[in-house]
Amino acid sequence: MSGVMVLVEHRRGEIREITWEMLAKAQELSSSLGVEVQAVLIGRGLSGMAQELRPFCHRVLVAEEEGLEAFNSEPYQQVLGRLIEERRPVLLMIGHTAQGMDLAPSLAAALDLPLATDCYEFGLKDGRLWAHRQMYGGKLSAEVSSEAPTKVVTVRTGSFDPEGLREVGGEVEEIKVRLDPFPWKRFLEYVEAPPGEVDITQAEVIVSVGRGIGGPENLGLAEELARALGGVLACSRPVADKKWLPKDRQVGTSGKTVKPKLYIALGISGAFQHIVGMKQSGLILAINKDPKAPIFQVAHYGIVGDLFQVVPALVAKVRERKGG
Amino acid sequence: MDVVVCLKRVPEVAEVDLQVDPTGKRVKTEGLPFVLNDWDSYALEEAVRIKERSGAKVTVVTVGGEEDEEVLRRALALGADQAIRISDPRLQDPDAFAIARVLAQLIKDLPHDLILVGVQAADDGYAQVGPTLAELLGIPHATLVTSLELEGGRARVRRELEAGLEEVLEVELPALFSIQSGINEPRYVSILGIRRVAKKEIKVLGLEALGLEPEGVRPKVLLERLFSPPVGEGAEIITGGVEEVAERVAEIFERGGVI
Ligand SMILES: Cc1cc2nc3c(=O)[nH]c(=O)nc-3n(C[C@H](O)[C@H](O)[C@H](O)COP(=O)(O)OP(=O)(O)OC[C@H]3O[C@@H](n4cnc5c(N)ncnc54)[C@H](O)[C@@H]3O)c2cc1C
Ligand SMILES: Nc1ncnc2c1ncn2[C@@H]1O[C@H](COP(=O)(O)O)[C@@H](O)[C@H]1O
Repeated sequence: MSGVMVLVEHRRGEIREITWEMLAKAQELSSSLGVEVQAVLIGRGLSGMAQELRPFCHRVLVAEEEGLEAFNSEPYQQVLGRLIEERRPVLLMIGHTAQGMDLAPSLAAALDLPLATDCYEFGLKDGRLWAHRQMYGGKLSAEVSSEAPTKVVTVRTGSFDPEGLREVGGEVEEIKVRLDPFPWKRFLEYVEAPPGEVDITQAEVIVSVGRGIGGPENLGLAEELARALGGVLACSRPVADKKWLPKDRQVGTSGKTVKPKLYIALGISGAFQHIVGMKQSGLILAINKDPKAPIFQVAHYGIVGDLFQVVPALVAKVRERKGG
Repeated sequence: MDVVVCLKRVPEVAEVDLQVDPTGKRVKTEGLPFVLNDWDSYALEEAVRIKERSGAKVTVVTVGGEEDEEVLRRALALGADQAIRISDPRLQDPDAFAIARVLAQLIKDLPHDLILVGVQAADDGYAQVGPTLAELLGIPHATLVTSLELEGGRARVRRELEAGLEEVLEVELPALFSIQSGINEPRYVSILGIRRVAKKEIKVLGLEALGLEPEGVRPKVLLERLFSPPVGEGAEIITGGVEEVAERVAEIFERGGVI
């Protein structure tokens, strides 16, 4: 029976959250289309994870492979390639994550399948895929489509809610794939980020600066606001990339996830990869020149204006109140 | 060592009110400032550094119109040896696959030990052209590269995963790497430097010259329409003079128990 396939993402023996999010979407599609939810689990030492997944899928396809202690796109591509040719799913979902970004495009090219990346919503209508994805740093969305019998999408994290996952019974099926050698790309080791001087994840108040701060010479301004509020400085990726602030201050997918009582975003546009790291903050204030900046979608309060004018005034008012 | 770098010129949209044109499928580009895709500037810098260290030959390539030659000139000013632009009226609105397809057709006949691309283009955000190109060329790839060392016939790279975790990989050359921002500090290019290479030849090739049929570059995924992204609750925008706004915010902070 044809199905909606989900590639299980796991690392160091643990299933990653994106997997459950994709399964939630797969269950929804499965009910409306009358097809199976099939989870594909590739790696080593998988039996625990297979049992964890089984209740929520009609079928868990398990490929235990030698030498696959960590993710490697080349053998993954081989296993998925064989499975897709054999089982012809209507849709294959892969996370739009570091793994998925490494795997999905070459897999789709190898099998001559259409791929829509970084989708936050999608569905199938009369066999045709429609998918919504953002462009231009989140300022516009696009609807893309494909009519091919099998399509691949990579799924944006946080797009679907795993709370609604239902138990559907299901079975575990071992699959045997004779892998060709894959000597061109070898995993050597993981490297953890060194701990920084300041742990921004513990702060109650964060003043975070983006590219709009203009340069390191202007950081003092943000620092003053942080000091007045008893908070710490953090930043978006470009600020860390340019070394205006150390990497351990970066908020977002590839940085830290923070949940302070107050998060102030100064000159940050609100790209998805940033928002993921701060949207759970108690109170979010964004100051940005651009009224269309996506950051205003997640902020509770917004000021449309020049941070170089607003911040000094704000520092003065905060000091006034604290002193009084 | 031959290094090929794929460059894309993109609109800078951070402070712009983007408008969709009457087709509903493209943004209006008149008056928009254009820049070299940020991620590509890191890929280019990495290539130039390899050249400086080991005397590599650097070829830069773009698929685009005449105005996109600007980014090739910038690359030549930085030290790229050769620039090629692929352009064809039948390449209108290409998807990521079509771009990768024409790039592959060109690069397969160029010497290439190393191909560098950006992690993603700031406009479409596909993060797809690079690894697709690698597959079409039949060479290995690694994406999200934050450090690249060459030793003999292979590369040792670091890839960024999530939340500060990275992985180290060893990859046989020839290989393609998508370069993540922050890997280096791209150097400044002066207007004078760009002017100095104004006369340097940029080779322009169309589909015929590449031996490609238009069917081969037909998009696999169609862009149907552009629309404003779904809006959540949205922020309450505080308006008024600077003093007034600051006062309101301080009040909100106090009410919220943060001061
Ligand atoms: C795999 C991957 C992982 C990533 N991980 C992260 C991550 O962990 N964290 C992260 O932040 N990003 C991450 N990014 C990058 C992300 O996509 C964006 O490029 C980045 O967040 C943009 O940073 P920014 O908002 O500071 O800059 P821009 O997008 O350039 O925005 C600058 C903003 O400043 C405003 N501005 C300018 N001047 C002023 C002024 N005087 N006053 C007020 N406002 C002003 C502008 O209107 C604009 O909105 C990642 C990208 C990828 C591909
Ligand atoms: N039109 C193009 N010409 C040359 N290189 C491109 C083009 N489009 C994308 N690329 C390369 O592919 C990378 C990823 O782009 P994308 O897959 O569109 O997000 C970019 O950073 C460029 O290095």
